[in-house]
Amino acid sequence: MEKHYTDSKVKGVSTGTTILAAIFDGGVVIGSDSRASIGGEYVSSKTINKVIQVHDRIFCCMAGSLADAQAVIKSAKSHLSFHSVQMESPPLVIAAASILKELCYKNKDELQAGFLTAGWDGKKGPQVYVVSLGGMLISQQVTIGGSGSTYIYGYVDAKYKPNMTREECLQFATNALALAMGRDNVSGGVAHLVVITEKGVEHVVVPGDKLPRFNDE
Amino acid sequence: MDKTLRRGPERQLGVKNDTKSVFFININVNSLCVCVCVCVCVCVCVCGLQYDLSASTFSPDGRVFQVEYAMKAVENSSTAIGIRCKDGIVFGVEKLVLSKLYEEGSNKRIFNIDRHVGMAVAGLLADARSLAEVAREEASNFRSNYGHDIPLKHLSDRVAMYVHAYTLYSAVRPFGCSFILGSYNKDDGAQLYMVDPSGISYGYWGCAIGKAKQAAKTEIEKLQMREMTCRELVKEVAKIIYIVHDEVKDKAFELELSWVGEVTNGRHELVPKDIKEEAEKYAKDSLEEEDDSDEDNM
Repeated sequence: MEKHYTDSKVKGVSTGTTILAAIFDGGVVIGSDSRASIGGEYVSSKTINKVIQVHDRIFCCMAGSLADAQAVIKSAKSHLSFHSVQMESPPLVIAAASILKELCYKNKDELQAGFLTAGWDGKKGPQVYVVSLGGMLISQQVTIGGSGSTYIYGYVDAKYKPNMTREECLQFATNALALAMGRDNVSGGVAHLVVITEKGVEHVVVPGDKLPRFNDE
Repeated sequence: MDKTLRRGPERQLGVKNDTKSVFFININVNSLCVCVCVCVCVCVCVCGLQYDLSASTFSPDGRVFQVEYAMKAVENSSTAIGIRCKDGIVFGVEKLVLSKLYEEGSNKRIFNIDRHVGMAVAGLLADARSLAEVAREEASNFRSNYGHDIPLKHLSDRVAMYVHAYTLYSAVRPFGCSFILGSYNKDDGAQLYMVDPSGISYGYWGCAIGKAKQAAKTEIEKLQMREMTCRELVKEVAKIIYIVHDEVKDKAFELELSWVGEVTNGRHELVPKDIKEEAEKYAKDSLEEEDDSDEDNM
């Protein structure tokens, strides 16, 4: 976490963040908070969207330096759209994640950005991939990231079940984000959630006052 | 810019991706060739005249002769066929053995491009080997960039683009080989594509290249390949190669058989020895039957 604070002076705006993605029966939910801060002292934006669409059924969440993450996603988005046109079919989620991984790994000395990639494709259905800071790529059922994620590992481990319904998974994701935002000073604002299934994509925004409350408040 | 295309003609000239300088070099070579060949022209036969000296020249009736000559080079080589069935692909190559001193199994004409992709070639073998390397790099780079196996249509489009690049300049000659690519995976099923020296790629259910391609195509059309399995098809492929082999002109030959499909779990492999022997036996027996029936008819 120290590296994150000293680097913010060099890199400017950075995201203290909570991001998560989870697979349910028939789709995947990906979500994040909406706070951007400088040095953990000043909230530069209360309503930033960290869930970016890279293709029709593929979304990414950014973690780390916002500038680096935005630059990488911009390049990956254009590369992915060209790839999809060449293949004459919607891209696989693993292809999107691999493109991000190549960028992160080849430029690991300059970049400080990590991603969660979640989406649906015709070959393997709903999938979640994590591209970490140095460029490691792994596939998981549920994953959390960002500075706020440290406070909810216990909650996620205890409460996540495979093959939940869409409503159960949405509730799980909202609760997890609310708990993280409640304890992490650099995560907050609204909860942005995106539900991706074969049929389509749905955005759910839960404003701060509608977030679930827990016993300590 | 793409790594594969950069290895093409511009590199060989020692020139960067600068179309202007390539163009100038082309013109000089062309005019030189024209001067030299005006004298020789009288003896040259009907078609070419001075339009066939380089691949960068069209003839008045819209043909690029160098590319057509490259296709003739393919027709001088022995036959290769590839057939797609409902659960896989089978390749068969008639490999002529020019000398008894050759080691058995040398100078293979079926290559592995990736775990799930195989390639059978006809034409100049050296050209074919370098294209196999190109195809291997394409498949490998794709997997490295996108994390999954390359779809066969994309691979054949990419290699076809590379072959086509060599038909544009007078400083290089077109590749003198055609090849058939085949692959199988659970989601897309079996796929078969053929690329010829002009840089065109088509998808097929069955195709043949080489000297006996017309005869082979006739035999292939008789098959009901959409309903066959790989095991049945292996025998038919062996039979077709034996049928089109010309006993009079070319004496000894080796049959190369390979397949990829559900039977191999999606991996491209040479057909195992026992199945190959069974297929060859079936082929030889069918030939004898046909000979016998011919004799009866007489």
